[in-house]
Amino acid sequence: MLHIIDIVQNSVRAEAKTIQLIIKEDLQLDRLSITVQDNGIGMNEQMIARVVDPFTTTRTTRKVGLGIPLLKAAAEMCNGSLEIVSAPGQGTRLTAEFQRSHIDRMPLGDVAGTVLTFLVTYLDIHWLFHYKVAGREFIFDDEPIKQELEGIPLTEPTILAFLREQLEEGIKEVGSRE
Amino acid sequence: MAIKSLDELRKLKEQALKRRETTQSTGRVQVIVPMGTPGIAAGARETLKAILESIETENLSDVIVRQTGNSGLDEWEPIVQVMVGDQPKVTYGKVSAERAKRIMKEHVIGEKIVAELVVPQ
Repeated sequence: MLHIIDIVQNSVRAEAKTIQLIIKEDLQLDRLSITVQDNGIGMNEQMIARVVDPFTTTRTTRKVGLGIPLLKAAAEMCNGSLEIVSAPGQGTRLTAEFQRSHIDRMPLGDVAGTVLTFLVTYLDIHWLFHYKVAGREFIFDDEPIKQELEGIPLTEPTILAFLREQLEEGIKEVGSRE
Repeated sequence: MAIKSLDELRKLKEQALKRRETTQSTGRVQVIVPMGTPGIAAGARETLKAILESIETENLSDVIVRQTGNSGLDEWEPIVQVMVGDQPKVTYGKVSAERAKRIMKEHVIGEKIVAELVVPQ
């Protein structure tokens, strides 16, 4: 999940208004994919090449982090790959795919906790979380919740507990039962 | 989301509104955790989680938690900044989950700065 936090930060920096996090597990094909899709400012081809491989590409003044190259390396180590689809003004979709059972694949860890921290600490962003496992799907959309709350902070203790429970239960329900 | 959960949410909202009316709020508290790559590498994620847990276990109202990018204070990561009401912002360094809970107790609840954890200027 550490990679995901880094990738999501990129979307935040790209001034995204909506960020979707999609985790898919295909048990038959033994694949696991993580997608972060945003409607931020997007990147041109040069910029994509640079964020994927900051050391071999021409240096320019714009700062790029190591979040994406590290995720790419992690995916490739697990018979997977990393793909970025983006264009200026069109937002960005980044997908990292892994062999699910690969011994080096890092466990997803505390997904509910990670999603929760995004929701409550970036209040101006509309968050969507999809978790798909073997045909079952859990979708969490924070918009109806924020509308209902009418400005009451998501960090109110009872609301935090509510959100945590919603996420944990949803993830557990569709999660793989092995 | 299921209708049942929305009903539940509505109840929580009413409770929160009532609570806001009855308690004298000392002014909004803001807690900021920089979550750039250096922060994350130093464990800022656990720090942030501890802060949210603290809000639940200590039942703290009126606390806003935000994350930001790099703090520029890499060697002091994880950093936590606390602002209580109109008091100046206090920057804490090397804030482990354990220390974050202490800051929540002593500074956010007790309104007393934890001097030994403050990053020297």
